[in-house]
Amino acid sequence: MIDVQRPSCQPLLSVRDLVVQYQGASGAVQAVRGVSFDLASDESLALIGESGCGKTTLGLALLGLLPKAARIMGGQILYRTRDGRVVDVVRLSDAELRRFRWQECAMVFQGALNAFNPVLKIWDQVVDTARAHGFRDRTRIREQCERLLRLVQLDPTRVLDSYPHELSGGMRQRVMIALSLLLEPRLVIYDEPTTALDILTQRAIIEVLRSLRQELGFAMVFISHDLPLAAELADRVATMYAGRIVELADVRNLFYRPRHPYTRGLLLAVPPVSGPLTTVVSIPGSPPSLASLPAGCSFAPRCEFATDRCRREEPTLSTVAPGHWSACHHWSAVSLDRWMERLGGASHA
Amino acid sequence: MPEPILELQQVSVHFRRGRVLLRAVEDISFQLGLGDVLCLVGESGSGKTTLGKVVAGLLRPTVGVVRYRGQDVWRLDSGAFRRFRRAVQIVHQDPYASLNPIRTVVDTLVPPLLHHRIARNRSDAIERAARLLELVDLVPPEQFLPKYPHQLSGGQRQRVSIARALTVQPELIVADEATSMVDVSIRVSLLNTLRRLREELGVAFLFITHDLAMAKYFAWQGRIAVLYLGRVVELGPTPSVIGDPLHPYTQALLAALPEPDPDLTRRKSKLLLRSLDIPSLAHLPSGCPFHPRCLRFVSGLCDVERPSLRFVDAHRSVACHVVVQERAAGDLPPSSQEAATRRADERMPFERG
Amino acid sequence: MSAEAVVVRHRRYPLRQLAAWLRDLLRHDKVGFLGVLGILFFVGLALFGPIVVPEPGKPDVTKIYQPPSLEHPLGTDYEGRDVLAQVLRGGRSLIVVAVLAALLSTVIAITFGALAAYLGGTVDSLTGLVTDVILTIPQFPLLVVLSAFVKLDRPWLLAVLIGLLSWPTLLRAVRAQVLSLKEREYVEAARALGLSTFHILFREILPNMAPYIVMSFTIGVTSAIYAQVGLYFLGLAPLAGENWGIMLNLAWVRGAIFFKDSVLYILSPILAIALLQLSLVTAARSLEGLFNPRLRES
Repeated sequence: MIDVQRPSCQPLLSVRDLVVQYQGASGAVQAVRGVSFDLASDESLALIGESGCGKTTLGLALLGLLPKAARIMGGQILYRTRDGRVVDVVRLSDAELRRFRWQECAMVFQGALNAFNPVLKIWDQVVDTARAHGFRDRTRIREQCERLLRLVQLDPTRVLDSYPHELSGGMRQRVMIALSLLLEPRLVIYDEPTTALDILTQRAIIEVLRSLRQELGFAMVFISHDLPLAAELADRVATMYAGRIVELADVRNLFYRPRHPYTRGLLLAVPPVSGPLTTVVSIPGSPPSLASLPAGCSFAPRCEFATDRCRREEPTLSTVAPGHWSACHHWSAVSLDRWMERLGGASHA
Repeated sequence: MPEPILELQQVSVHFRRGRVLLRAVEDISFQLGLGDVLCLVGESGSGKTTLGKVVAGLLRPTVGVVRYRGQDVWRLDSGAFRRFRRAVQIVHQDPYASLNPIRTVVDTLVPPLLHHRIARNRSDAIERAARLLELVDLVPPEQFLPKYPHQLSGGQRQRVSIARALTVQPELIVADEATSMVDVSIRVSLLNTLRRLREELGVAFLFITHDLAMAKYFAWQGRIAVLYLGRVVELGPTPSVIGDPLHPYTQALLAALPEPDPDLTRRKSKLLLRSLDIPSLAHLPSGCPFHPRCLRFVSGLCDVERPSLRFVDAHRSVACHVVVQERAAGDLPPSSQEAATRRADERMPFERG
Repeated sequence: MSAEAVVVRHRRYPLRQLAAWLRDLLRHDKVGFLGVLGILFFVGLALFGPIVVPEPGKPDVTKIYQPPSLEHPLGTDYEGRDVLAQVLRGGRSLIVVAVLAALLSTVIAITFGALAAYLGGTVDSLTGLVTDVILTIPQFPLLVVLSAFVKLDRPWLLAVLIGLLSWPTLLRAVRAQVLSLKEREYVEAARALGLSTFHILFREILPNMAPYIVMSFTIGVTSAIYAQVGLYFLGLAPLAGENWGIMLNLAWVRGAIFFKDSVLYILSPILAIALLQLSLVTAARSLEGLFNPRLRES
């Protein structure tokens, strides 16, 4: 097994060889196929990938929130709790999981409208959530709430006294983000936190997340298909394809020196808005169905670097530079020309 | 200038919801010539989809005139209206809703070919349908003809939608967020297909999107119209609107947009707005609808008088009192974006270290 | 291979599709399959019953109210006629009238419901008004009252009456569905393509409602059967000929209920009606698979 740990850093979360399988009518499908990564306690990691790559399943698995049809077939999710113990989320009982969620770890889902109960005022929902986790001191909850809402640029009195439908989409999303921090979790997972929001609201959320992290210091995993968002918020980025992490690196290395053809393809497919018109290239074909993956490397049928070896032998995630892993037989041949002029041909040091 | 295919003249669309009048689209005029590309860029509630429906002849404007080749389309006789219908087609956003789930690809493509007598008979229609699938890069077409929508991927469905629009040999296609719901890796090739249609068939496009990156890529040779609360606030050639935005709203949008480049995007992170709240269409602010959020707001002017879209040079127009005055006085700010950033530093209420 | 040949090869013939559906039911939905078998049985009964099964015999005072025997498996009635023969022959008129009535009400509901929803405006308000008026009148009591004025001695007359009274609920449902379907993007695209209203309604929108329509049709059949049985039982329709309703009426009126040996005489028409209704309902529930291409595949 490879060591995906950052040097000199005790990880908050260590995921090892995680396999998640869905039991469908037409057989079993593996949505997460052996994923390993570490997350430091002050770190922000982006899981980037397209629909059906397993990123949301992975996020749900991290919190023990998988739907009934899904099962963890193998691997560990080791989490270092506040009191220094290491627990394996996979083996926690339901009661332990409930305690683990919100207090140690929270998740904010896409589409915050559905996350609220439409007939209760925000404040009542906050109190309910806090109660469910053993916090009964209303004044303290109120204080904490107001502080967090102010941090996300909302007027606490107005928001807490509103019904969900009285808030705009962007406001609800900000409320969700604020409330996820209510019990001071040390890890927050965001699933597409800005999708379906307007650009200006998106920007506001990005600013909020960044300043919250500075102020409160928690680890963050966010799941997105949106490369610019990762560029904006992540310390490290993992690219996922067909249920696996195919590349994992520091954000600048991943964006400027991708070492996996899929990451490179994604970057070439998303043009920057500022500056002159750049070449935009699409990845041929479409993502494979998890139910019928090709032999060897799953990306080989769409990859311009693919050789017979790729179609035979599935590459594993291996170190290509300190802190940079890629699952590609031909990683050394992969480079992104778009940045060459800007970087002046800087090497990988 | 050659005769435009389609022209909108001071078009407004109002909806009545209960007792409230929603001005979804207000006073919009533009022309589209053969092979033209116009991007409508705006956020949700900007009226871009409503405007797309007006252009496609699916919605009759409350006020104003839509002309097809010089004639008011809502006063055409049925034969001429049929010709207009054929000339302007629409491609929708949602690849899951835009095809009838119980009709195969061939059953989707054949009826319009027969209805408009483009094909001589059914077998000719099937042959033509196959050629259309090739045109939108669904090859080999025989493989796709008998398929049901659920047997196709999102990108393939969008291609079938495009092929369906092409059955009637349109002169203008309204693409309403046609690429925004497919995956990143497929989006570009879909866009390339549309681009090729424009270049090879001379089809004009009204490309509606919220994604400025896609607008830039698709309409680099064309124009961009930025919509805010149902009004065009800025209209001009794509490179200049994106490279040097004039309207404070466009500037805010571009400054806020995350980029797929960590260094670049972390440098821009400031919100050029006074307020995050988007006014509701039912209660539009007085004067300029953007004034409550605008950094360049001038009290007594912007909140009183509604700015109209004015030309600031041969190709560009802006609906902003301040910008128009500056331009008229020859008092060009060094670069509007820089200037706005500087102001943001002074006035940004949200800003934190 | 030419494009046309491929299309022809993949064309879905209705009969082949039906066979595939039945095979699928047999494999995954045994109850639904039994329902279909039940319907086939009753249709066969309606078509061939009176032809194949001999008449139940002449009235014979010596044989009245006999318990089940080899000669008369379900016993005999108040006149000494064979009950089994009556049950087997008595489905036809009920079923035929019910199917005709349901057909009529479904056609009315679909045509006007779809047009009202799609065209809107005056057409919609007018249909709405008529629907509301008919809906407010309780149907069965109205039938009862009508039977006092009209002699319901012809099956088609009964069918038309029941059909004309039972469409409003379905019309409302069809209208609501078309209202939602007409906002779909594929319908908008069809409008932009200049396709005719007829095409849009009957080729794009209504086929999407097929399972629902067939389901409503079967419900229409069940309620028409109940309406008829009710009319016969109350003696409001002429007791000419033979059917389960008439059997029930006579069994009741002639006091078969007081004879222990006549349990099967009374129960058999009830059981026949119940079985028919059960078949209709279970088969209708499994119809989705016949129309939804997504379900058809697996």
